[in-house]
Amino acid sequence: MNWKEFILGKLTWNDLPHEWFTLGGTGAFVVLAIGLAIFLTYFKRWKWLWNEWLTSTDPKKIGVMYIAVAFFMFLRGGLDALMIWSQQVLGASNMPGFLGAQHGYLSADHFQQIFTAHGDIMVFFVTMGFLFGLINLVVPLQIGARDLAFPFLNSLGFWLYFAGVLLINMFFVLGGQFGATGWLAVAPLSELQFHPGVGVDYWIWSLQVSGLGTLIGGINFVVTILKMRAPGMTLMRMPMFTWTSLMSMMLVITIFPILAMTIALLTMDRYFGTHFFTLNNGGNQMMYWNLIWMWGHPEVYVLIIPSFGIYSEIVSTFSKKKIFGYPSLVAAAAGITLLSFAVWLHHFFTMGAGADVNSFFGIMTMFIAIPTGLQIINWLFTLFRGRIQFVSPIYWFFGMVSTFTFGGMAGILMAVPPIDFQVHNSLFLVAHFHTTIVGGALFGIFAGFTYWFPKFTGFRLHETLGKYAFWTWLVGFFISFVPLYILGFMGATRRLDHYAASTGWQPLFLTALVGICILALAVGIQILQLIVSIVKRKELRDTTGGDPWDGHTLEWATTSPPPFYNYAVIPEVHGRDAWWEMKKQGTAHKPVKYHDLELPKNTPMGIYIAGFIFLFGVAMTFHATLFSLIGLFGAVTCAFIRAFDDHSEYILPAAEVEKIENRLRKK
Amino acid sequence: MTVKAATIPTKEQIEEVATDKTLFGFWVYLMTDLLMFAVLFATYSVLHGSIYNGPSSNEIFNLPFALTETMILLVSSFTSGLGTLAAHEKSRKFVLLWFGITFLLGLAFLGLELSEFSKLVAEGNSWHRSAFLSSFFTLVGTHGLHITTGLVWMLICMISVATKGVTKSMVRKLTLLSLFWHFLDIVWIFIFTIVYLMGAL
Repeated sequence: MNWKEFILGKLTWNDLPHEWFTLGGTGAFVVLAIGLAIFLTYFKRWKWLWNEWLTSTDPKKIGVMYIAVAFFMFLRGGLDALMIWSQQVLGASNMPGFLGAQHGYLSADHFQQIFTAHGDIMVFFVTMGFLFGLINLVVPLQIGARDLAFPFLNSLGFWLYFAGVLLINMFFVLGGQFGATGWLAVAPLSELQFHPGVGVDYWIWSLQVSGLGTLIGGINFVVTILKMRAPGMTLMRMPMFTWTSLMSMMLVITIFPILAMTIALLTMDRYFGTHFFTLNNGGNQMMYWNLIWMWGHPEVYVLIIPSFGIYSEIVSTFSKKKIFGYPSLVAAAAGITLLSFAVWLHHFFTMGAGADVNSFFGIMTMFIAIPTGLQIINWLFTLFRGRIQFVSPIYWFFGMVSTFTFGGMAGILMAVPPIDFQVHNSLFLVAHFHTTIVGGALFGIFAGFTYWFPKFTGFRLHETLGKYAFWTWLVGFFISFVPLYILGFMGATRRLDHYAASTGWQPLFLTALVGICILALAVGIQILQLIVSIVKRKELRDTTGGDPWDGHTLEWATTSPPPFYNYAVIPEVHGRDAWWEMKKQGTAHKPVKYHDLELPKNTPMGIYIAGFIFLFGVAMTFHATLFSLIGLFGAVTCAFIRAFDDHSEYILPAAEVEKIENRLRKK
Repeated sequence: MTVKAATIPTKEQIEEVATDKTLFGFWVYLMTDLLMFAVLFATYSVLHGSIYNGPSSNEIFNLPFALTETMILLVSSFTSGLGTLAAHEKSRKFVLLWFGITFLLGLAFLGLELSEFSKLVAEGNSWHRSAFLSSFFTLVGTHGLHITTGLVWMLICMISVATKGVTKSMVRKLTLLSLFWHFLDIVWIFIFTIVYLMGAL
């Protein structure tokens, strides 16, 4: 090994971005970075950003940062979707290709890189990001805790997630090609034999790093929810969102080790020449499929179960009733959590495992419909004879009932192995998981965002624009995905960059493209809604002292926005819907005696560790030995320094608490 | 919020809650680590027969050698337990003694493992050769990597004990370290049984 290789590895000038679509991304990144730097310098906000946000251990701030990053990734993933679908419209064989492509405007290889990135970004960095953001914001407040069990690990988890975001976008900066393997990098396609470049390595390190962050976050939330609840809050008195977050995080700590090891085995194959999934020397490719879906299937429940909790909160709040069948909702969430481990094989019925195995997994898959359907029935019964307030969060709920049930039905259809053999890897499948993940998980996230927005800002989102956004979303959604169901039945497989014009698919692809343009408009309206709400924040101000929706659960007991310590005095809980009960019994808003609080200090160690791990990831991608050693050594050293720092907390005196409380309550 | 003023937690209570949380969190972490090993064990079982013209497990494993490794690790687990007891007694001398012995035993184990690996590689049976050998090296090597991490951790703890004495937070750290060490011992018992015993027979 020569010195240049030791320092720079595979990195060369020729690899740097030079194609039009990567240069576009590079340009966007550079403009964004420069713009941000100018903004911060002009308004002298660097120090503020560092002290108040980047080094914060406050879950509310970390939650906001998660949501902000996830939102930017949402725009990027959405742009990928637009590119995929416009290629599919232009990719009919009777149309000439342009921009150097044989069909449409993207070469087959570009197209594959784009759908790979689209899938990874939407799952790992958008939905997971939004989810961790909302859980960070809401769960500590709902259980009456001042902070998480391990505030520093929360900060570290976020920064690892952010390092993952940077790593997956790194090929815009350092070049090379992104993986063209599909979002799960299935072997043997992802092996060196077929992907000798750095594309799969970007994928490996991005997911390994962000997965580590997710795992740390999962452990943190499980311990927080199990150990830090307010006095009196037994498990069966926890709000539904806390319950579903617990279930989701339980899944995280069970499945992310599997993902970490699966990626590690692929790493061994690519870096050290082992033979786990290779075509030669006895490698077993189907083992990769089994392992990755043993993680992958529960993962979709990680995404959707918290949204079920959000719907429960919203339905109960806006129909002015307690949730119908609370124990059965808890049981349903737990049932889905357990069943999700026994269905992974339905992703490859066509593997040839035999009729017995396929039947088992088919039946287990259908079982999942029972608890899921039960939840929907519970929500409908909650609405029954309730005084329903038609505000925008509940619109998203109604939207979910239509889209998610639709998608779920398609799922049950595909759980039948003979039917799956027909539609396996077709656009029918693509339509199915988009209707469930977008229509179930993402709609829930939008609902939760609207619902809890006033809690953390002190003002509501603009209501009319919210409803416009909803309707545009719903209409655009069906126009985009119903054609995909039909195309799937007509035999269109997924991941096609071109097809014979004689198939007659083009009009349906065009309809889908119209749909996604409507969705882009809907996202535009959402951005507009946010801007208008910020501009008109005085008009939209929450004048109720922190409880704009007449809420049921503890988070509405604090001021809006809540003080950084959440509760000056930890509330005592005497039943479900604790805050609603307190209001009914007139025990809310009673004066209290303040005392000294012990709170975690801010720390930059999370950024340092994640920064070194980021360096490690980039260096490993390019096989740059020197920098990977620096990254690894730096991360380990920082971790030990942090572990042996016994002064991570400080005391906030009672007088100070009183001052803050009086100021917040007066507002 | 109730009318009566909440009871103010004392310094001891805060410390106790912190220990409780940390211990529980560490247990949860250990379970996730166990799942990582579960994946490697499953991989090993699947690939056990995929020898692809290479040696099979009963041709390369040396049972007395593996038994020696096992015994060393078991004894080190016992001494790390004694070290934790000494930590609770706040005895700097005995903490250093017992963890010192544990450290040396761990080092001996690691040396034996590396000598086994280098012998296999020298005979041409490296992880390149077959899927079976890939999974063997990865499973046992991952355990070895954990042992190495534990040794570094132990060394830093011992330096801290030697300079600052056995503080309260150090008792907590040594308890976690000891848990980690016992955990590695349990994983090794499974490696000994599934890889060496079942493989050599």
